[in-house]
Amino acid sequence: MGLQTPFYQNHLDSNAKIVDFGGWDMPLHYGSQVEEHHYVRQDAGMFDVSHMTVVEVTGQKAKPYLQYLLANDVDKLKESGKALYSGMLNEKGGVIDDLIVYYIDETHYRVVVNASTREKDLAWMTQQAASYAVNVKENTDFAMLAVQGPNAIEKTNQVLSANQQQAVDGIGVFFAADCEGYFIARTGYTGEDGYEILVPADQAASFWNKLLAVGVKPCGLGARDTLRLEAGMNLYGNDMDEGISPLEANMGWTISWQPEERDFIGKAALLAEKESGVKNKLVGLVLEGRGVIRSHMKVVVEGVGEGETTSGTMSPTLKKSIGMARVPKATSDSVMLEIRRKLVPAKVVKASFVRKGKALV
Amino acid sequence: MSNIPNDLKYISSHEWIRVEDDGTVTIGITDHAQELLGDVVYVELPEMDSEVALEDEVAVVESVKAASDIYAPLSGTIVAVNEALEDAPETVNSSPYDDGWMFKMKPSEPSEIDGLIDAESYQNEIED
Repeated sequence: MGLQTPFYQNHLDSNAKIVDFGGWDMPLHYGSQVEEHHYVRQDAGMFDVSHMTVVEVTGQKAKPYLQYLLANDVDKLKESGKALYSGMLNEKGGVIDDLIVYYIDETHYRVVVNASTREKDLAWMTQQAASYAVNVKENTDFAMLAVQGPNAIEKTNQVLSANQQQAVDGIGVFFAADCEGYFIARTGYTGEDGYEILVPADQAASFWNKLLAVGVKPCGLGARDTLRLEAGMNLYGNDMDEGISPLEANMGWTISWQPEERDFIGKAALLAEKESGVKNKLVGLVLEGRGVIRSHMKVVVEGVGEGETTSGTMSPTLKKSIGMARVPKATSDSVMLEIRRKLVPAKVVKASFVRKGKALV
Repeated sequence: MSNIPNDLKYISSHEWIRVEDDGTVTIGITDHAQELLGDVVYVELPEMDSEVALEDEVAVVESVKAASDIYAPLSGTIVAVNEALEDAPETVNSSPYDDGWMFKMKPSEPSEIDGLIDAESYQNEIED
């Protein structure tokens, strides 16, 4: 038996198929992963993401610490509740993790990191904190629930208190409202609108049941993966890792080069990489022949070289197989994929396949 | 609890085999197999009229999770394939023993049928 989140009993009550995920007992699906995927594209679904790690960074030097720790610049955050997506890099410019950092105030930032990278992230953040007047501490008071889909906000608002409803009224994308112990962020990992909510752990089960009562459907990790892939969002450990630079992982936009005087971990390596020429890029693929793209398939780029798929699935929305692949920079608009010893053609696209219920490819 | 019809034969890689009155056999995957796989999203069927040998990999079923090979339970010729699965692979989940059948064969070594296991033996195998 692994670690259990505060929603564990709710999962059992909804007939979840429970699997081990990085030491946690998590729901893979509640019957049909594909149906859950469609709930989120068409209505509203909820995902237990309590296995993700919340880290509070506090202290006088919280801001300069994070400006050095992260490739994106927390100086962009000026309003309480505003969020920023960033890579946390090592000295070689490899991605230790991707994360979201929320600005609470100048001396308090809340960082949400992946579950699978919890220990190394905490160790790295603590190690880097040594030379700053900051406190880095994991916060385990919360359960975390993502409610996603075109009707997610409306349905969630129905179960919030009057004060909370007021707090989230008109909240922008990538903003969070902190109200009555709930931290309600308009973020997500599905390509649909919705919230990611930190819920006091002792209220998690009842909050879940209230959402269930207004028609929000439980969705498992399986649907979470197909939704994020359709949305073209990277999965840590698949699409990038410590050996991969953000410049080769479609994360160039998350690196803040200005102001030039700001140094951050990995910056020198990234500058050197740009200087010598970035070799590969992460692209989207749409399979044109029959089959299903999976990770670690060989990609043959005629006249250019070879690459490898990093993620792949049968897209429930597009009813075609889609994926991501790291390929030589000179790759243009078509490649061949080696699927069971046969070469199958695939179209190269921007890694963003479905957003807000609409096909983009 | 998986459904394991008594009138079918099985092999331990989770295919079922129905011996038809005309001597051909129909093959699909068991209810237990489709449960293990999860939502089936893609089926690659064998080629019509191809000659296959016992235990050849002849077809592929892919679910949201993984790809699984389907093995020939007998030697023989492929005489029919269920093309409806190409557009509706989820039929393998909803009706594994009926509409979700995969292909039919004309056995070349009818004695191989004696090597197939019955429902009770298959039940015992999946309980282990």
